[in-house]
Amino acid sequence: MDYVIKKQGESRSFPEGEGFLEGASSEGDIVLHLGTQFEPDAGKTAVLVELEMECLGVHTGEHAGIEGSNALGFARYRNGDDAPSNLIELVRQPATDDSAIAAARAIFEAAGFEVAVSADQVGRIIDRLVRPKYNAALTFLDEGLATADDMDMTCRLGLGYADGPIERLEQGGLAHHFDVTKALFEVYGTPAYAPGRRATVAKQRRSAE
Amino acid sequence: MSTNIQKVGVCGAGGTMGAGIAIVASRAGFETACFDTSMEVLDRARSQTEGFFGKSVDRGKMATTDRDAALARLSASTDMGALADCDLVIEAVFEDLGVKRELLGALDGICKPEALFASNTSTLSITEIAAGCDRQDRVVGMHFCLPAQLMKLIEMSPGVNTSDEAFADAWAWTEAAGQQPVATQDKPGFILNALLVPFNNDAIRAVEAGVASPTDIDKAIKVGLNYKMGPLELLDLVGLDTQMLLCEAFYPVTLDPRASAPPLLRRMVAAGHLGRKTGRGFYTYDDNAMFGG
Repeated sequence: MDYVIKKQGESRSFPEGEGFLEGASSEGDIVLHLGTQFEPDAGKTAVLVELEMECLGVHTGEHAGIEGSNALGFARYRNGDDAPSNLIELVRQPATDDSAIAAARAIFEAAGFEVAVSADQVGRIIDRLVRPKYNAALTFLDEGLATADDMDMTCRLGLGYADGPIERLEQGGLAHHFDVTKALFEVYGTPAYAPGRRATVAKQRRSAE
Repeated sequence: MSTNIQKVGVCGAGGTMGAGIAIVASRAGFETACFDTSMEVLDRARSQTEGFFGKSVDRGKMATTDRDAALARLSASTDMGALADCDLVIEAVFEDLGVKRELLGALDGICKPEALFASNTSTLSITEIAAGCDRQDRVVGMHFCLPAQLMKLIEMSPGVNTSDEAFADAWAWTEAAGQQPVATQDKPGFILNALLVPFNNDAIRAVEAGVASPTDIDKAIKVGLNYKMGPLELLDLVGLDTQMLLCEAFYPVTLDPRASAPPLLRRMVAAGHLGRKTGRGFYTYDDNAMFGG
């Protein structure tokens, strides 16, 4: 299925040189907006807008929990400044067309990505689940439960993770973790999402630069 | 790393974890006395151990002579007196504070005064367990990961009254046994479960909130974070009833809302949807094949 890319500025999902960009056509039934504003088009099978931390509803509007159309949000998961993963989080609304979801899934999977469908929630799937765990690890570090190396080693050896929480935070950037958790905390309001002390310090230092 | 420990006792050696710990000890060259309350479970564990070592030989990981020597170092008894001359006794009995305290109290009257006691608890306080005996200075936390015979990691934690010398001796033994110890504090869940139990609860709450299906959640976590298993697959594997027990052990101590049992977990356990062991959890299982939930 042909897809059209409308791109302005930087895309976190598909940096310059990505094969997915080169696979786009000049015309098609699916439109992807990268790094730019959403433009509805009811004549298309699916219209996708690349999301950062915001909800799809910011672009489409919402109405009484029955919103939905051919519009979808998406983001390729990245841990801060790390290279993008192979996962596309595809964001739907309650009444999103099934045909739009199927079409969007098809173009991503044809390009070799794996797709997980998420409701239109801040943090989607991964950040919603993993950021509280990273916050807990930062708290444990401050409280002296274990060293950073021991916490990371425990997760690698005990859980089979590729990396531990502290090294992953250091790699992706603590300031980025602050930005993500701040956005989550503003919406969910639960202490588990409140930016941790070390992330706050990192953000303050970056802001002072 | 050298150690003065020569003989190790394992309490609860008829169970999965205890049998694995006994394998670790005997494989590393230590005389290993296996204790449990039933000879039947000890015999079954012995048979499983012989099978495990046999596979190790078949795969070229162990010489036949080493297998025979490791098996010869294993003894089994339902008489706690068989642990009298152990230098280190590791308990891996039912995860209940009263049971563990009572056990340490009994061991205290049998074992030599200088013997170390170690608890394999994953959730209980080492200090509270140690309070069951009169050698609190010689009790340490030694949490193996399941399956112990394959996983190198051991979370090591001292209780409030544990002496530095005892902790160092226990640490040295884990290294001599070929394991990888990490130091942590006597807090609920130590490192591993303190991170994992609330994370798994968050995944359950995400299902309940309609954020995504179990399949999509697990896929996102595996592909996006490069984990080997998704949280809901893992929960089905360990059992949702086990997750309930962990929540019930953690939450009253920590009062962390993330550690409290999610309503969906309670409903699934009440409905008998415990995971793989009942054929249905977040996924359904038929002849060990997994289908999307």
